Amino acid sequence: MNSISVKDVGKYYGRKNETVALDKISLEVSAGSIFGLIGPDGAGKTSLFRILTTLLLPDAGEASVQGFDVVKDYKEIRKIVGYMPGKFSLYQDLSVRENLHFFATLFKTTIEANYELIRDIYSQLEPFNNRRAGALSGGMKQKLALCCALVHKPEVLFLDEPTTGVDAVSRKEFWAMLKRLKQQGITIFVSTPYMDEATMCDRIALIQGGKIMSINTPYGLLEEYSSPLWGVRADNMYQTYLDVLQYPAVSQCHTFGAYHHVRLREGAAAEGLESYLQTKGHSEIEIKIISPTVEDRFIDLMQTENKYLI
Amino acid sequence: MQQFFAFVQKEVFHILRDYRTLLIIIGIPIVQILRFGFALSNEVKNTKIGILDYSSDYMSRSLVEQIEASQYFEIVEFLESTEAIAATLRKGKTKMVMVIPAHFEDDLLHQNSAQLQLITDGTNPNMATTLINYISAITMEFQGRTLGNNAMPLQIKVTNRMLYNPQLRAEFTFVPGVIALVLMLVCTMMTAVSIVKEKEMGNMETLLVSPMNPLAFIISKAGPYLMLSLLILTVILWLSSALLNVPIRGSLLLIYGVSMIFVLGALGLGLVISTLTDAQQTAMMISLTGLMLPTMMFSGFMFPIESMPVPLQLFSHLIPAKWYFYSIQAVMIKGLGVQHIWKEILILTVFTVVFLTISFKKFKTRLA
Repeated sequence: MNSISVKDVGKYYGRKNETVALDKISLEVSAGSIFGLIGPDGAGKTSLFRILTTLLLPDAGEASVQGFDVVKDYKEIRKIVGYMPGKFSLYQDLSVRENLHFFATLFKTTIEANYELIRDIYSQLEPFNNRRAGALSGGMKQKLALCCALVHKPEVLFLDEPTTGVDAVSRKEFWAMLKRLKQQGITIFVSTPYMDEATMCDRIALIQGGKIMSINTPYGLLEEYSSPLWGVRADNMYQTYLDVLQYPAVSQCHTFGAYHHVRLREGAAAEGLESYLQTKGHSEIEIKIISPTVEDRFIDLMQTENKYLI
Repeated sequence: MQQFFAFVQKEVFHILRDYRTLLIIIGIPIVQILRFGFALSNEVKNTKIGILDYSSDYMSRSLVEQIEASQYFEIVEFLESTEAIAATLRKGKTKMVMVIPAHFEDDLLHQNSAQLQLITDGTNPNMATTLINYISAITMEFQGRTLGNNAMPLQIKVTNRMLYNPQLRAEFTFVPGVIALVLMLVCTMMTAVSIVKEKEMGNMETLLVSPMNPLAFIISKAGPYLMLSLLILTVILWLSSALLNVPIRGSLLLIYGVSMIFVLGALGLGLVISTLTDAQQTAMMISLTGLMLPTMMFSGFMFPIESMPVPLQLFSHLIPAKWYFYSIQAVMIKGLGVQHIWKEILILTVFTVVFLTISFKKFKTRLA
């Protein structure tokens, strides 16, 4: 069963609809899964979130959440979803406990009724029960926002960039929480600009410029890769980068961690690149096949689109 | 219902925790009352004047003594020549010079008529007129007392009485005026800003994605501010009666009743403003410039509406504060009952219903 279904949804801004936020996108999210929307800033992630949470009307196409239409049945959807906007949007002058109590009452329930669901997260916040939400650290704020979005036991959880601006440890914790929530049968629709978080999702959609470039499982996405990816390193990394770009058989090269990630045109061999680099005077040359990451795939797809060359 | 109380509780927390704003809201009316009561007054007291007396006889000296004895004037200079008049007035401290010509007593006793010349500083025309009126009154009184009635065989005596305000005290106008101004500002601006703040901070985004009842939200915004305004009204009434001795002649219940209607209208207006903008700054600017000036100019509290051009008089009908100001003045100062101000109450009720309806109709259930 599909929890979320989006069909040909378009959203345009500006007087003459000249700014395309979403260009007729379609996707489906099965119940009880984590679906990741991965893309850079301005890709259209927030627009899609707002359409699905009934805050914006789509200009084209249709979408439904748990079988309810986002335009007609918006009141029903608002009862059964939990939404955490990208910007921290709790009351900064209310304490942790007061915020949680307010959102519980707003959804006509109590903190106690759904305590089981939020216990894991809330237990970390309880020492700060009386602290104003505005005085919490970034990670704590996100945890409180998640609690508030969960306190009415939603069927679908919408998290718009929940880990942006949060430290690495808190991000890991946050994703661990999402995994546990998934086990409770909650469908989670999450967006992030961080490619490394993509592997935590059951399925991911890569979105760029209002278009969905690929929808797949994280591993499936990497298997879409046709040609091998080479990791190249040498003594002088910067000069190596410049020289690799000059080599005619190289179709793309970008620096990623300790290696330059290089793709060669069809039929070209890595040995040719190695001897080329030797003639350029590089030493300690190392060339090996590496397994691609989501980010490699993203850059690859962007180049195929031939629109956004780096 | 529980949802509604949660909203109200949240709103009360917002108000109480932003104690700086709260202090300003309660401080404004107090400062206004004190300012109008003690600093700004268009009455004339202890005005400095000069005397140029060419006759220096018994009669002229008694007149000068009588002027000096009044609380309105203080004689600071006795001039010697006509040339000195201009110099004295130019310095600006002395506001008027009275010239008594030679043979003042002789003329008065033998020709039944004598002249006095008043030279005033006309830079402030209102004040100059007031000074001349005061001196004339003192002279008339002096004349009646020293010469008796036989000096003028035929005369029309004007006796006037200022009803409701025999001493012509300015407090009687400005206390109702300040009440109208402050309530208008506090209610409209605070509600507008508090709703727009939720939009600006992103709270609205979360609130909308919930089974929230827009009516509960709107009423919960208005309720606490209604309470706050009634508290402010009480402070003003208490200050003005305890400190400025302004009487409350009519029914206190009626004052609060009319105020409730007016405040609800102002809250409605604030809600309407909040639907127009997404930025707190803009909301504040609209409330301040769009409301404060018209309220001050067209409520009849600073400038008489009767002396305005007809288009502006018609425009003044659209200012709720005008009707409120009139009713409060009628009840507080004249002690009139509800039967005399039912028309104003009706008009205010129409304003309130219209504003609240518009605000409810314009409340957006989506972001754009």
